[in-house]
Amino acid sequence: MIKLLENLDRRWIFLAMALCVSVPILVIGLTGVTFPETPTPLAEAFFAEVDRAGEAKGRRANVLIALDYDPASAGELSPMSASLVNQCSQRGHRMYFISLWPVGPQMIDDSIEKVIKRYYPHLVYGEDYVNLGFKAGNEQVIKVMGIDLTTEFRTDVEGTTLSKIPMMEGITSLEDFDLIAEISAGYPGSKEWVLYAATQYDIPLVSGMTGVQAPQNYPYYPTQLKGLLGAIKGAAEYEFIVNEYIRRSRLEELLVASGLDPAVAGPLADEPAQIPAWTTSAAAASMTPEAKADLIDAATGATPGEFLEGQRRMGPQLFAHLLMVLLIILGNVIFFAQRRRGGSA
Amino acid sequence: MQILTRSIPLFITTVAGIVMILSAFFPYTSDWGKFAGQFFNILAAFAFVLGGGNLLKLHLKKISDQRPGWAYSGVVLVCFIVTLFVGLMKIGAYPNPTYPSVHFGGETQGSGSMFWWFYEYAFKPLTSTMFAMLAFYVASAAFRAFRAKNFEAILLLGTAFIVLLGRTFAGVLATGWIPPDSAFSGLRLENLSVYVMQVFNTAGTRAIMIGIALGIASTSMKILLGIDRSFLGSGD
Repeated sequence: MIKLLENLDRRWIFLAMALCVSVPILVIGLTGVTFPETPTPLAEAFFAEVDRAGEAKGRRANVLIALDYDPASAGELSPMSASLVNQCSQRGHRMYFISLWPVGPQMIDDSIEKVIKRYYPHLVYGEDYVNLGFKAGNEQVIKVMGIDLTTEFRTDVEGTTLSKIPMMEGITSLEDFDLIAEISAGYPGSKEWVLYAATQYDIPLVSGMTGVQAPQNYPYYPTQLKGLLGAIKGAAEYEFIVNEYIRRSRLEELLVASGLDPAVAGPLADEPAQIPAWTTSAAAASMTPEAKADLIDAATGATPGEFLEGQRRMGPQLFAHLLMVLLIILGNVIFFAQRRRGGSA
Repeated sequence: MQILTRSIPLFITTVAGIVMILSAFFPYTSDWGKFAGQFFNILAAFAFVLGGGNLLKLHLKKISDQRPGWAYSGVVLVCFIVTLFVGLMKIGAYPNPTYPSVHFGGETQGSGSMFWWFYEYAFKPLTSTMFAMLAFYVASAAFRAFRAKNFEAILLLGTAFIVLLGRTFAGVLATGWIPPDSAFSGLRLENLSVYVMQVFNTAGTRAIMIGIALGIASTSMKILLGIDRSFLGSGD
């Protein structure tokens, strides 16, 4: 057995990894079943910071969303971007998209198409969100934006001058933003936003990043980074929180619209499983059948696939990690067997 | 010639460095930083031209010398030239909705344009594939290289197991029986992995970061004072 393992062709390892990744993808794709997520304080802090943006100033929050990554890292990071845009859209924040990576504009387009245009079609370009595109210069762009944003960005991605975009009124520098939300895959990324924006101008910053980057950014949490999402695990946790928040918000909206007292609607919205039974009670007698159906759908209906990508990818991750652990153990079994018989390690 | 190759670059470096330091610490000089930043951005744009030129030079040389793998250089050059041409000429780009009459005013990368097509059907799948292949190499490396040879390696292995399992549902399956509100909840794998990242990792990373920052400060000072001139490429 040991001999067999010693001479194991690495293509068997590649095959095992391919199966560990592809089988869960297929199973989750067919059944839609995902593993339950328990959010860590880091993901909760990320959500809370986005949620409370602008509250101190008593206005709609201006959120600068920097998507600094490319397709290579999109598997890890695009679920974070989708959930971030989902939360900001639901919360009614103004979104200003930029990127310091050359292919970042495609990531921005992707988020806008998949989330805003599909699920929030009432949001108006130029009033609720704007795409400022890519700017070359890495951290220097952040530094100049801190002093004068219009020096760096004179037009949006479509070439419209900023003075003609309603939501750019009053935006002159980074200090006019209530929050910077950044999703990054390397340089320039989280670290540069911490050093040249959050620390220098005392602007709240939350960041999502790849697993490789996360260990280097933990020292900034929670002072300079108010929230941190690391890798697909962070994305899945945040996604779970945002999905629950959106389900609750929509339920509360529907309950209040049906004439229920907000003081009663709030606690009821916290318990979506109770909604179908509640619709048959006397308290819901005045509701129309359509309103009841909408309410049940909001409470028990499936979350759109775009907002489950992070949780779905935790399946392949689980089996890939288990395989890694198994391979490390097997490798060490061989190592100790070789040492025991005095062979080379 | 020393004026051109040494004195002027040194002067520019020193002035730019001092301006950036002043603009960071004195509010009255913050506009100087913006001015220097604009210069930097112009230089960054030129760096793209320089990078393109360098790429052409390297690969043309490889093709002309018929070095091993020269055909790949041919692929690189064809892709580079075609993409550059399509981007510069804005082939297939839609007119700008605000200024439809302005020639070349449309967005190059807009959905449906040729540039977008290159991105969606060539760049995106290729880069995703390259990144995904890492999983196979990491698995192979884990089998062949991750050995408990000494005490430090055992510590590293233990930490790797905690993080690998704690970052997935396996952690919950393995230690989910520990009540979350008990005194031992910290021993649940998902909590242990957070503890490892936030305490041990943070302490180590912070120490490295402080060391790097001190190194950068001292190197920067040497460059600004003209003591370290290695960046001029003269071997001084």
